[in-house]
Amino acid sequence: MSKALLELDGVHTHIGAYHILHGVDLAVPRGQLTMLLGRNGAGKTTTLRTIMGLWRASQGAVRFGGRDIAALRTPQIAELGIAYVPENMGIFSDLTVRENMLLAARGARHARDMDEQRLQWIFQLFPAVQKFWNHPAGKLSGGQKQMLAVSRAIVEPRELLIIDEPSKGLAPAIINNMIDAFGELKARGVTILLVEQNLSFAQRLGDTVAVMDNGRVAHAGRMAEFSEDTQLQQRLLGLAL
Amino acid sequence: MTRDIDWKPLLLAPVLALVALPLTGSFSIWLTLTVAGLAMGMIIFIIASGLTLVFGLMDVLNFGHGVFIALGAFVASSVLAMMGDWSGSSSLLLNLMAVFPAMLVAMLVAGAVGLAFERLIVRPVYGQHLKQILITMGGMIIGEELIKVIWGPAQLPLPLPEALRGSIFVMDAAISRYRLLAMVVGLAVFALLAWTLARTKIGLLIRAGVQDREMVEALGYRIGLLFIGVFVAGSALAGLGGTMWGLFQQNLIPQMGAQVNVLIFIVIIIGGLGSTGGALIGALLVGLMNNYVGFLLPVATPFSTIALMVAVLLWRPQGVFPVVNR
Amino acid sequence: MLGRLLSHDLPRSRVLAVILVAIVLALALAPFAFPGVKALNVAAKILVFIVLVAGFDLLLGYTGIVSFAHTMFFGIGAYGIAIASTRLGPTWTAVGVGIAGALALSLVLSLAIGLFSLRVRAIFFAMITLAVAAAFQTLASQLSVFTGGEDGLSFKLPAIISPSFEFSEDPFMGASLDGRLLCYYLLFVVAAALVLALLRIVNSPFGRVLQAIRENEFRAEAIGYRVVVYRTVASMLSALFATLAGCMLAIWLRYNGPDTSLSFEIMVDVLLIVVIGGMGTIYGAVIGSAVFVIAQSYLQDLLRLASEQVAGWPWLAAVLSPDRWLLWLGLLFVLSVYFFPTGVVGKLRAARAAHAANPSSAAAARGTS
Repeated sequence: MSKALLELDGVHTHIGAYHILHGVDLAVPRGQLTMLLGRNGAGKTTTLRTIMGLWRASQGAVRFGGRDIAALRTPQIAELGIAYVPENMGIFSDLTVRENMLLAARGARHARDMDEQRLQWIFQLFPAVQKFWNHPAGKLSGGQKQMLAVSRAIVEPRELLIIDEPSKGLAPAIINNMIDAFGELKARGVTILLVEQNLSFAQRLGDTVAVMDNGRVAHAGRMAEFSEDTQLQQRLLGLAL
Repeated sequence: MTRDIDWKPLLLAPVLALVALPLTGSFSIWLTLTVAGLAMGMIIFIIASGLTLVFGLMDVLNFGHGVFIALGAFVASSVLAMMGDWSGSSSLLLNLMAVFPAMLVAMLVAGAVGLAFERLIVRPVYGQHLKQILITMGGMIIGEELIKVIWGPAQLPLPLPEALRGSIFVMDAAISRYRLLAMVVGLAVFALLAWTLARTKIGLLIRAGVQDREMVEALGYRIGLLFIGVFVAGSALAGLGGTMWGLFQQNLIPQMGAQVNVLIFIVIIIGGLGSTGGALIGALLVGLMNNYVGFLLPVATPFSTIALMVAVLLWRPQGVFPVVNR
Repeated sequence: MLGRLLSHDLPRSRVLAVILVAIVLALALAPFAFPGVKALNVAAKILVFIVLVAGFDLLLGYTGIVSFAHTMFFGIGAYGIAIASTRLGPTWTAVGVGIAGALALSLVLSLAIGLFSLRVRAIFFAMITLAVAAAFQTLASQLSVFTGGEDGLSFKLPAIISPSFEFSEDPFMGASLDGRLLCYYLLFVVAAALVLALLRIVNSPFGRVLQAIRENEFRAEAIGYRVVVYRTVASMLSALFATLAGCMLAIWLRYNGPDTSLSFEIMVDVLLIVVIGGMGTIYGAVIGSAVFVIAQSYLQDLLRLASEQVAGWPWLAAVLSPDRWLLWLGLLFVLSVYFFPTGVVGKLRAARAAHAANPSSAAAARGTS
C-alpha cells in the first residue's frame, strides 16, 4: 500500500494541438505538504488542472487513494474530497464573501449551517475574510481575494488541497498567516500539493518537492535535501533557494 | 453594508415615462399607456428571463426560444376551449379558475418540450455558437410547422374571458383589467425569481455559474444538471409568457414565436446577457417605448425599439448590467 | 486559363467539377433544354439565389459573421428596381437609377452595421441584425406610398427584356425568341460575372485575411490587421451582392412586395443552402442553390402526391401536406448541421483528399462495400 495519497503515472496532456505534459510521474505522500516547483511554462498549472479533470489526460493514470480518477468529471473529482484553488483564484466577484464561502461549503444550505468553529479559525488566520463578510468579493484587493480563495478551500474538511500560487500578491505578514494555516492543516492530517514561485515560502513549508521542467518532473525528493543542493536548484530553476 | 449599487440604469424607465408625459398631452392617456407599457414589459420579462439565464449560465444561444412562446399560447387556447363554461362565464372567480390552469398546463407542456429541445437540439452543439444559432433556428422552424400541423396554419382567436375584459377607471384613465392582471403575475414571477436567485443555494449556484462555470464544477457541483433545470424553467416561463401575450393580443398566429423572439433579443441585449435585473429594465423600457411610440407615431414603432437598443449600447456596449465573466 | 478565370480556386474534386459543369450547362441551355414557363422560372430563381447565397457565404463562410440582415439588402435591391421603374417608367435609365440608388443605400446601411459591430459581441450582432431586418420588413409594408405596401409594386421594364418583345416569330429549338429569353440571358451573364468576382475576392489577399480573422480574431489583430475594417468591408461587399441579387429578382419577376424579398423564409432558405452546399466554398452556393430551388419547386408536388396517398390518416396527411414543406426543410436543415457540417462540397473535397492520400485503402474500402 503506497503512502501516496495522489499519484500521477506517465500522464500526458494535450491542449488542442499542443503537447504540454510529456509523461508526468508524481507522488504526493499522505499527510505531507508537497511543493511543485518549476520555471514558467514548465507545466505546473497544467498538471493541477489535469488532476482536477479540467483538462483530460490523453495518456497515463491519475490515482487518488488508489483509485483511478483520470476519467472522472471535475465535480466527481471534487466530491472525492479534493479542494482546488486555481491560479486566478476563481473568486465570484458578484457574490459576497459570505456567499463565496457558502458555495464552497457543500454541506451547508444556509450560511448558518456552516461550521462556526471552523469559521472562527479561518477568521483568525485571515481577518479580512471576516471584515468583508457581506461585501461583494470583487471589491477585495488581490491579496484579500487570495485569502478568500484559500479560506474557501478549507471551510470544510478535505483530504487533499491543490493550490496554485497562494502567496502571489500577499504581504509578508499575511504569508506568515498562510504558512501557519497550512501548518495547522497538516497537523490535522490534510495532504497538500502546492505550486509556488516564492521559494522561501516553499522552503519553509515543503516536506516533499517535485520540480518540473518541459512537461516532466525532473526531480523529486525530500525538500530538506533539495534545499541543500544549490547546484540542482540553479540548474532546474535558474536560481538558488 | 457598503455595497455600491449601480443606480443609473434603474432610472431609465422612470425617465422615459416622464419624458413621455408632456408628449402625450393628457395625464389620463399617459396613465393608460404607461400601465399598458408596464404590463407588456412584464410579459416580455417573463419570457426573456429564462433566455438570458440560459445564455449567461451555459453560453447557449437559443434562437428557437420563440417555439416555447407559441406552444404555450396554443396549448393554453386549447385548455381554455376545453373549459368553455368557466372561461365563458362572467364570474371573475370562474374565469380565473380557467385561466390559471391554462397557464399551468402551458408551462408544463413548454417545459417538457424544453427538456426534449435541450437534449436533442442544444446539447450536441455546446460551445459552438455558430451551430447553435443555426440549429436552434432550425428547431424553431420545425416547431412552428408542427404547431401548424396540430392547430392549423390560420390564426386562432383567443378571446379574453368576460370578467377580464374592459377597464376600470382611475382618475379618468382607462386601465385595462387584463393588463393589471398581467402586471400582478409578472411581478409575482419576478419576485419568485429574485428570491430564488438571492436566497437559495440553487440561486447562488446559478449566479456563480453565470460568472465562472468551471470554478463551480471544481467546487463539486454538477452544473450540467443545473443547466437542464434552468433551460426547462426558462422554457416553461416562455410558455407562460406566450399564454399571456396571446391573451393580450386576443389572437394567435403560428409565427408569433418568431415575432416575439425579436423583441426578446432586443430586451436581453439592452439588459446584458445573463442578467435578470437587466432583463427587467430592458423589458420595461421596450414595453413603455412600444406603447408611447405606438400612440404618438405608429409607423415608427419597430424602429423605436431598435433605436432604443442602439442608444443603450452606445452608452454601455455590453448592456445595462453586464455580467462580469471569467 | 480556366485557373485564372476561377482565381485558382479549383473544385479540387472530379465529382464536384462534373456537377458544377452540369449545372452551368443546364442553366446556360435552360430555355432550350427545359421548355415551359415553370422551368425557366426555376432556372432564373436559381441564378438569383446563387448570387444571394454566394454573397452570404462571403460573410458567413469566409469571415465567420452571422448576419440576418442579408435579406434586407436583397429587398433593397428589389425595391430599388421596383420603385424606380414604377416612378420613372420602363426605361434603362430607371433600371440604372434603381440599381445605383439601391447600392448606395445598401452601402450606407452596411457601413453603419459594420461599424456598429465594433462595439458589440458577435452574438449581439446576430441578434441585432435579426431585429433590424424584421423592422425593415414592417417598414416596407407600412410605407405603402413608396413601396406599394402589402400588395407590392408591379412595373414594366425596357421593351427589349419584356416578354412582349419578339425578335423572331418562330420558336428556335423549342424556345420562343422573345424579351424573356434575353432577360434570362442577361441574368445568366450577370450571375456568372458576380460569381467569378466573388471567387476573385475570396482568393485575394483580402480574402485570406478574412479567413484568418474567422479562425482567430485575436491573433489577426495582434499581427496588425485592423479586424474592424476588414469585417466592415466584408459586410459591405456581401450587402452589395445581395442588393444586386435583389435587382436581378425584381427584373425577372417585374414585381416586388415585402414577402417576395424580405420575408424571413428567404433568410432561412439562404441559411439552408449555405449549410447544405458547404460554407466557405462559393461553389457550395452554386450547388446548394440548384439543389434547393429545384427541390423546393418540385418537392411540393411530391408532398402533394404523398399526402393524397395517406389521406386516410389525417395527422399523417397533415404532416405530409405540401404546405408543410418547410417542416421537412427544417428537419433537413437540422440534420445537415449535425451530419454535414461541411456541406456537399466539403464532403466531396474530403473524399477526394482521402482518396489522393491513400488510393489503395480507398480502393479497398470501395471493394468491400
